[in-house]
Amino acid sequence: MKASDRDLRGMKDDEFVDILEERRCSSDLGHAFRTFNPQPYKGGPPCSAADLNKALLDSHFLHRVVKEVAMETGSSQEKVMEEAGEILVEMSHNLHLPFIRLMGYTFSKVIKRLFTSIFVNMDGLNTLQQAVQENPVILMPNHRSYVDFLIISYILFTYDIPVPVIAAGVPLAEMKIVGEILRRSGAFFIRRSIGSDKLYWAVLSEYVRGIVRHGFAPVEFYVEGLRSRTLKSLTPKLGMMQMVLEPYFKGEVFDITLVPISISYDRVLEESLLARELLGVPKPKESTAGLLKASRVLQEDYGSMQVNFGQPLSVRKLCEGKINRSYYNLVPRDLPMKPSAEALACVSWLAHVVVGLQERGSLISPWSLMACLLIQEPTTVLAEQGLLWDDLTEKTLWLRKMVLDFGARLNWPGEAPNSAVMSSAISLHRSIVYLKAGRVYLTQEEVPLRRHRISPEEGVFRTAVPVLMLAAYRNQSLHALVRPAMLAMSICITRSTQRDELFRFFCFLQEVFANEFIFIPGNLSQDFEEACLCLNSCGAVYISEQEVRVSEQSSEVITFLQKLLQPFIDSYQLIFRCVCEEEQVQVFTEKQFLAAVRALALKLILSGELHTYETLSSDTQKNVLSALCRLEAVAKLRTSEINEFKVNKAAVRRITDALCGKIPPQMLQAPPDARL
Amino acid sequence: MASSSSGGSGSGSEMQRTAQHRISVIAGHLRRPAEGDVAVRAEECKAPQSRLEASGDGRTVPMKRHEVMKWNGWGYSDSRFLFNKKGQAEFTGKRYKLSGMILPALKDWFEGTFGASLQHKSPATPLLNTSAVQAPTLNQDFVEELKSIGVPFSHEAEDRAFRGHGHCLHEIFALREGKIGRVPDMVVWPNCHNDVEKIVALACKHNVCLIPYGGGTSVSSALECPPEETRSIVSLDTSQMNRILWIDEKNLTAHVEAGIIGQDLERLLNESGYCTGHEPDSMEFSSLGGWVSTRASGMKKNIYGNIEDLVVHIKMVTPQGVIEKSCQGPRMSTGPDIHHFILGSEGTLGVVTEVTMKIRPVPEYQKYGSVVFPNFEQGVACLREVAKQRCAPASIRLMDNEQFMFGHALKPQVSSIFTSFLDGLKKFYITKFKGFDPSRLCVATLLFEGNREKVLQHEKQVYDIAAKFGGLAAGEDNGQRGYMLTFVIAYLRDLGMDYYVIAESFETSVPWDRVLDVCRNVKARVVRECKDKGVQFSPLSSCRVTQTYDAGACVYFYFAFNYRGLSDPVHVYEQVEHAAREEILANGGSLSHHHGVGKLRKEWMRETVSEVGVGMLQSVKDYVDPKNIFGNRNLL
Repeated sequence: MKASDRDLRGMKDDEFVDILEERRCSSDLGHAFRTFNPQPYKGGPPCSAADLNKALLDSHFLHRVVKEVAMETGSSQEKVMEEAGEILVEMSHNLHLPFIRLMGYTFSKVIKRLFTSIFVNMDGLNTLQQAVQENPVILMPNHRSYVDFLIISYILFTYDIPVPVIAAGVPLAEMKIVGEILRRSGAFFIRRSIGSDKLYWAVLSEYVRGIVRHGFAPVEFYVEGLRSRTLKSLTPKLGMMQMVLEPYFKGEVFDITLVPISISYDRVLEESLLARELLGVPKPKESTAGLLKASRVLQEDYGSMQVNFGQPLSVRKLCEGKINRSYYNLVPRDLPMKPSAEALACVSWLAHVVVGLQERGSLISPWSLMACLLIQEPTTVLAEQGLLWDDLTEKTLWLRKMVLDFGARLNWPGEAPNSAVMSSAISLHRSIVYLKAGRVYLTQEEVPLRRHRISPEEGVFRTAVPVLMLAAYRNQSLHALVRPAMLAMSICITRSTQRDELFRFFCFLQEVFANEFIFIPGNLSQDFEEACLCLNSCGAVYISEQEVRVSEQSSEVITFLQKLLQPFIDSYQLIFRCVCEEEQVQVFTEKQFLAAVRALALKLILSGELHTYETLSSDTQKNVLSALCRLEAVAKLRTSEINEFKVNKAAVRRITDALCGKIPPQMLQAPPDARL
Repeated sequence: MASSSSGGSGSGSEMQRTAQHRISVIAGHLRRPAEGDVAVRAEECKAPQSRLEASGDGRTVPMKRHEVMKWNGWGYSDSRFLFNKKGQAEFTGKRYKLSGMILPALKDWFEGTFGASLQHKSPATPLLNTSAVQAPTLNQDFVEELKSIGVPFSHEAEDRAFRGHGHCLHEIFALREGKIGRVPDMVVWPNCHNDVEKIVALACKHNVCLIPYGGGTSVSSALECPPEETRSIVSLDTSQMNRILWIDEKNLTAHVEAGIIGQDLERLLNESGYCTGHEPDSMEFSSLGGWVSTRASGMKKNIYGNIEDLVVHIKMVTPQGVIEKSCQGPRMSTGPDIHHFILGSEGTLGVVTEVTMKIRPVPEYQKYGSVVFPNFEQGVACLREVAKQRCAPASIRLMDNEQFMFGHALKPQVSSIFTSFLDGLKKFYITKFKGFDPSRLCVATLLFEGNREKVLQHEKQVYDIAAKFGGLAAGEDNGQRGYMLTFVIAYLRDLGMDYYVIAESFETSVPWDRVLDVCRNVKARVVRECKDKGVQFSPLSSCRVTQTYDAGACVYFYFAFNYRGLSDPVHVYEQVEHAAREEILANGGSLSHHHGVGKLRKEWMRETVSEVGVGMLQSVKDYVDPKNIFGNRNLL
């Protein structure tokens, strides 16, 4: 293969190996019973899961907390201790090699059905193998599908690396049999809403810290906290992150290694489920029966999956100059203590850095590029007239070149001709679009035969499902495009060429969309610089000391990028409007807010005034609410049980006006989100 | 009894008998095995005194130090390690029990640990090039008046160069390369307290800078002359103020001139049946005045206490006059203890001239011991328990695995098959039968003192505790070899420097709950920094816990690396040491346990004692020495 071909694919073939290839030609049983002899962490003598639990229950830290809780609640210390023991039983993993083997066997069977291939970068695995010997390792994958859950353990088992213990939600533990299997495969379980349960926090944090301190096993957790329904990165959650980092802050370990892992899918198993959830259909509760029912999804083809192990990050190096470890010098080691503001900021920053690296490590599929283009077509056109196939393929290749210029990693199969690659992407995603007579159409669910007609609202809903799925696949590429797109948007809205004015607007956009796109705090100038360089590299702008000037001949780049972000702008503006419109209402609950937005969006989509269906997504709606809170245009009232919000309409209008360029954006300074 | 006992005379035959007995006890421990088995056990380390009559009056240190000591390395000129023609390490001279011995394992350890090779030598400049020493800046009026009071002085290059440095790596490295920086312009040798008073008065009158010099074993750059000093610098060498002025048997105190060095003090007291029990690792060369002004700590502090516990009375000459207390009450409530302005003042306030110290009868029995632990964590847990039960022996030290290996490399040649067979058997028992991992196990060395019965009882108690932490008694030999390491380590550094290996030690004190963290993190930091700074071969990074207290421990670190391929090895070493100190402080360790601050660690004083603390010290300095006569610029 020529080097240029390879570059166009954006993926070097020596890097990634399909681990299913071997599974298809040798026995799964043999694989499950392979000699598993990983090089362990060298920092301390090995210990068992039971030792770990015992050490936790004996710890001074826990005893202090138990004493406090007993005092506060008036119950006896023994009782509280017993309670702590129960929490631990519910929580703790029971990592067992035979179960890893069983899991491995089952997993081999299942994933061979689901996926044509699973690509893993070997050099990443090799560095990881070294890293686990040196320092406690934290594996930090992104979370896009339930399949993520055991894939890392499976890969590590296959390549002789200690299998991790994995943070999971308690609902998984409650699944019959499956819960126990997961537990023995290394899962430990955390309640969803811990709130202010002091004892629970104490057990959990000491449990996690204990694992890290002893280097018992790599710890795997999802820094995003949840599965992303939109396939976009989520704002990282900091609680778990803080627990795993604390042993470093306190000097209990020399260093901690963070390994960002990017998992990307050609097609996500739960795609339609996710879209429905976003439209307000509640997610089915995790249950074993449900899992068996879902076995229907096993019949389908999900293309390939890519697991990219990122370069290990040294927490010590990253925190240099950011953290004063002597903060802990004057208090006992095991005194329950609030972390310093500095530590919290550092934790947050690190979490964002990891999410950023997960994004950069993700491989963009041909389909995602096509989704970027498809979703820019008016929905009615896509549903009724369809889009010319040749136009789509031509533009996709154009886009491919552009994202490669922007430095993104692509997963473009090299062995087949481009047209075949794209048409196979279409056929893989026939639940969203289909190709007929040289045109591409939006797939819509068939109307059940018994129903004769559907209401216009139901019609919108039926269209919305594939559109939101399409949006989700577009989102897989957003990380590569969002910075230049924000610059393009700034150029379009401000109509300025002045660098500093553009920068101001760019910052404003980041601030407003901080829940949509993850940016590393304090990285504004670098982000802006990167955006300029990207647009410059594809010839869309000329840059000088003071100016960023659009070049006439390649305005289509700017237009494309602007249209990429337009749905977000439109949705936000609409929701701002909705918040301000309700004349009399000053205070509302989240439920009322969501209902009002949905109603208005439906109305405007039907009237043709609103072009994007993404306003219907509850994810977008909640993000706007968070953004308004962050920008202090809406205040959260903590008076009642249910969260109520009070709106400052003038402030919302200011944001609205700034967002459409009527008034210059005042930088809305808000402190970094240090909530846990 | 107020008579001078420096000659060892006068105190009657009773005392002499006790002394004789004591010497025979020690000799019993040190003697080479008489017949048959000529195998040498790890031997006593300090050079036994009786052979050394260099300065004629039984004192170790003559005015012309360079006549007996190395000008660019550690210790006596006649004692050094070298690799002989066969490539075997040996220790020259006759002073030490190790002298004349072959150490067959050292070469392999040395080459294996550092990636060094005997082919690659980095020899030192053999002779001091006196022309490299700057001409002295003399204050003629001061010199004239000094002559008139009859205090001996010199401005010869050798004398001055010898007193311009301590034993930090960068100081010795520079000397080996023949580089001499700013050195004192002259050296004076007062003979008594009155001489010092006169000298200080003259210095004030003529505005010259005084730098007190005791044993010259500083490892904090305390003796370096500040390059910005423009006045004439006079090194005030206290070595000739070395008499025991009196011994008070009723109160068990001795009044001693501050220039006496440790081994002389101990030997002379022993002759009267007493000891101070203060044995810092540098005691062969360091002086009483030096101990006071750096807050020194002795190996046997568990029985005798550290220097601040040992001193009863201190006399110091300052530019404002003499500071001392009016009585020798064992404890006073008279405001802040003025001794604590003096202890640790590092020569910035004046010269300590006379000290009254506690003394004890020489213990009748001494026994070494050692315990092997499966890993360092268990070892530390055991030491903590020993401290908790307050049953620490005179000395208890825990060496990590790296140092354990190092100690083994210093085993002298074994000529008997039987001994090597025994060694093999012991190794087999510990590693195979007891399942200890040779790459993790570590050893605690012990020294018990007291009457025989109590020592044996005490020994049992400590071994019982050790057993609870998986410790196995490993014999007296291993224990003794551990202490030997202390005394020869500085000689070994000179050997390393002959072959591109540089080394340094540093120490800290730390609460018990952070001991393991400090040890692990600092060792790892040293390794990582060396790697980052381009050191080609992984360094030796090792530590030991050398003292236990109720609330914490003293930890001592060694690090050494092969500097071939580095353009500025000393700079790299300084960066690594700096990083290691930062790591210590970040993990809750102190700036220093007993080495002091000097100029090397000054930058951290503010964060160590707080802004107000520094202000307090500064205001004392401003009052006591407004003209900065004692201008070594240590500490602040």
